[in-house]
Amino acid sequence: MNRHLSQRLGFFVLTLVALFTVTPIVAVIVYIFIQGSPAISWEFLTVAPRSGMREGGILPAIIGTFYLTIGTAAFSVPLGIAAAVYLSEYAADNRWTRLIRLAIINLAGIPSVVYGLFGLGLFVLFLNFGTSILSASLTLSIMTLPVIISTAEEALRAVPQAFRTVSISLGATRWQTVRRIVLPQALPGILTGVILGLERAAGETAPILFTGAAFFLPRLPGSVFDATMALPYHLFVISTQVPEMPIQIQYGTALVLLVFVLGMNLIATVIRSRARARRQW
Amino acid sequence: MNKIVIENLSLQYTDGTESLRGINMDIREHAITALFGPAGGGKSTLLRCLNRLNDLTDVEEISGRILLDGENVLDPQTDIIALRRKVGMVFARPVVLPMSIYQNLTYGLELAGEKRRSVLYEAAERSLKLAALWDEVKDRLDDPAIALSGGQQQRLCLARSLALQPEIILLDEPTSGLDPISTGKVEAALQELKKDYTIILVPHSVQQAARTADYAAFFLQGELVEYGDGAELFTNPKEKRTEDYVTGRFG
Repeated sequence: MNRHLSQRLGFFVLTLVALFTVTPIVAVIVYIFIQGSPAISWEFLTVAPRSGMREGGILPAIIGTFYLTIGTAAFSVPLGIAAAVYLSEYAADNRWTRLIRLAIINLAGIPSVVYGLFGLGLFVLFLNFGTSILSASLTLSIMTLPVIISTAEEALRAVPQAFRTVSISLGATRWQTVRRIVLPQALPGILTGVILGLERAAGETAPILFTGAAFFLPRLPGSVFDATMALPYHLFVISTQVPEMPIQIQYGTALVLLVFVLGMNLIATVIRSRARARRQW
Repeated sequence: MNKIVIENLSLQYTDGTESLRGINMDIREHAITALFGPAGGGKSTLLRCLNRLNDLTDVEEISGRILLDGENVLDPQTDIIALRRKVGMVFARPVVLPMSIYQNLTYGLELAGEKRRSVLYEAAERSLKLAALWDEVKDRLDDPAIALSGGQQQRLCLARSLALQPEIILLDEPTSGLDPISTGKVEAALQELKKDYTIILVPHSVQQAARTADYAAFFLQGELVEYGDGAELFTNPKEKRTEDYVTGRFG
């Protein structure tokens, strides 16, 4: 077989493999969109479910997921960025920090239902926060932290070392260097990680199952100590727990959740590409 | 007058690379002192001791004293922030901070707490003029510094150090990446600057050392082989090793 032929064959195989990986993603999105879009209406997005959830909309679930995402961000973003700054800028490379890194990596590998159980034990029962937005947000935060810490640390490390040396040589303290040079330069990368982490939190069911998600609530939550409906859990409920559920509403809910998550992903992509275009190094 | 007195300075890095062995050296103020010699001789290490930039690297052991105006720089009690404002540094590769030309110049002063805009502006203008860059950038101070050419960036780095009104300027092969014209501009600026500052330069070639140095020190593998008047050292070296290096027999 001559070289050109084998080259062409190689390209063909690789293209095929690439197509195979993309196909399921596109198929899922297209399918959900086709099945779900008839259900989408202004009413669907702005009223609560009625008649045992077989009619009406999904407003409480949308609002609930929104609240949970905000709540998760409130805990995991400051904590995650602080941890990343510590690991990247302050911590020496020794056994202790290697242990911390190992813990973070392993934290990312824990099944989400285990987080749910942990949240139930710690936040709901021990700290007595009850089944609430607070407990669920805290549980989701712990689950999100590894993603935020590792992406933020990567973004911080990508900032050229020379900037730090120069800043220090101009009489800056370590913290001044971090705050004025390193963090601003790493911010787009950090934001991308934050959004990807929160996106995962928004779509999770298991961690909120025991900690804050409600089967059905006639009203919107009034405080962080109230339970809330949430899109992923609502989807689970109407897909498995409610007999004679109109299939349209199920796919409509799935579509809303998908748009929510993909929207966040899109924002992350925009931030990243804009920052790359403007980056001065 | 001696600005800096180095007494029996020895240093060892943890990874065993470049080191210094028993350096004794007096550095004159208002003059250019060149530290030259082959790579790995300890020139950069010595520079980085003077502003304690070595604190950032893994130093295994350091001993001896560096007296700057009579104060030991290596003393753990030394205020290193104040030290680094007093001892400015320019690196081999021009590293402009990712901000505007003007912000690069005022960065150090703002860190020191200077808020008055007139003071900041005057410092920027004065240091740009000293670094012979003012005429080229005065109309575009708010442009990103990265847009400047390599030679301009290096002069901006020099100006950035000068904005802090240091007493000593350390230059670590400042012209190694520059074309001859830019190099000439930097060297000319240094000749002007030595009237008011103490300049310690690691030149990127023997020729540059010979062109610029009032005093020259030849370093070989962590040892100070010969140190003296520049004109004397390059035309009539006392040590055989210095002569061999200066005349190009090795290096």
